[in-house]
Amino acid sequence: MKKTVVISALAAALACVGVAGPAWADPVDEQLVIDGETMITRAKAPEGHPFDEVLSGWLFRTVETRALETDSFTNPGMLEVEEGEAIWNKVEGSAGKSCASCHGDAAESMKGIGAHYPKWDAEAKRPINIELQINKCREQNMGAEPYDFDKGGQKQLTAYIKRQALGEPVSIDLSQGDLQSWWEKGKDLYYTRTGQLNLSCASCHEANMGKMIRADHLSQGQINGFPTYRLKNAGLVSVHNRFRGCIRDTRASFPKAFSDELMALEVYVTWRGSGLSVETPAVRQ
Amino acid sequence: MRWAKLLATMAVASAFAGASCGISVAADVAPGDVQFTDDGVAVSLTGVAGNPEEGASVFKDRKLGNCLACHANSAMSKELFHGDVGPALDGVADRWDVAQLRAIVTDSKKGLSEDTVMPGFYSLNVGAHLDEKFAGKTILSAQQVEDVVAYLATLKE
Repeated sequence: MKKTVVISALAAALACVGVAGPAWADPVDEQLVIDGETMITRAKAPEGHPFDEVLSGWLFRTVETRALETDSFTNPGMLEVEEGEAIWNKVEGSAGKSCASCHGDAAESMKGIGAHYPKWDAEAKRPINIELQINKCREQNMGAEPYDFDKGGQKQLTAYIKRQALGEPVSIDLSQGDLQSWWEKGKDLYYTRTGQLNLSCASCHEANMGKMIRADHLSQGQINGFPTYRLKNAGLVSVHNRFRGCIRDTRASFPKAFSDELMALEVYVTWRGSGLSVETPAVRQ
Repeated sequence: MRWAKLLATMAVASAFAGASCGISVAADVAPGDVQFTDDGVAVSLTGVAGNPEEGASVFKDRKLGNCLACHANSAMSKELFHGDVGPALDGVADRWDVAQLRAIVTDSKKGLSEDTVMPGFYSLNVGAHLDEKFAGKTILSAQQVEDVVAYLATLKE
């Protein structure tokens, strides 16, 4: 077979995609309004970003799934956010304190906070996210045991704290400490193909964003809505759980939650969603 | 001598095991030995003609080929949800011959382009941090690739 034939065959194949590409698979052109407040679901991408515009995963979901997120009463993730509120007020540990003992009303003290993590932890000399910040507070200030990954209310309390940033645009300060080098490391991981299926994050969420993989509409893989309520799991799913699940699905071994690899990835992927409103708890398929 | 006898016994046993499940283990070309040329992969991976019906099963099985995850195929319109990450496969046999189809399914990084996201179904050229469960294993067996290629060869418009 001559090269020209191969090329024309490829062109034919591509033309086929053009014709067959279902228009309904495009992200929708709709406003997300939660409890009357308009969310930013499309934002101009930061400099150096592969896309011109960053898009919330909400725009890629079905009309039914999208509707669930628009109201605190219909959002099934809000039950767990309420559990998080109870934990906020619960005294634990040898110091006899709750979160509220020091931080008071989360609606004021945590307002907007969740949009600006991960931050740099100068003591630990590594990035710190909400989950690790909670653990640090539990150990240093409450005299309580740190939560194991995804256990003991970690997801619920994280979601409650992030909910206080609902609507706030995601932005992280990469000039803190060595955060920029962690961003670089996270970027490397984002583009590293893993596992038997030989796929990177970018294989699906960059190169094929907007396409259908079986019944699933590929989004940009933004994490502005985490912890997210996944209908498939009928519960909140943490971002490190989701990272691990994606990597596992490539048939690769996956790093531990809060490992250097996944913290770097969280820094980088958070940056990729700069400008999007925090939607926690987002509702997804 | 005893080792030679044992090995011979094992070879016979594995040939039998292969025959009983329709896989000719002994004659398979190893993943690393598949010869790619500009014309594709001209030689069968097994020497046994592919079975298009088996190929159709492997094609749609989510744990095997899972081809519908990325490709639409009108011949399987009864199956729900066809992806569009890759091109639709209607008439694919009009666009590619068998040697080319075999090359693409075996290792699309060699058969199509290094940049494709399509996994190599009979290749050990895999990504980083491979789960040890899959070490040394290919997604499909050589015969399953031959069966899928035989099925694809029926997709003409």
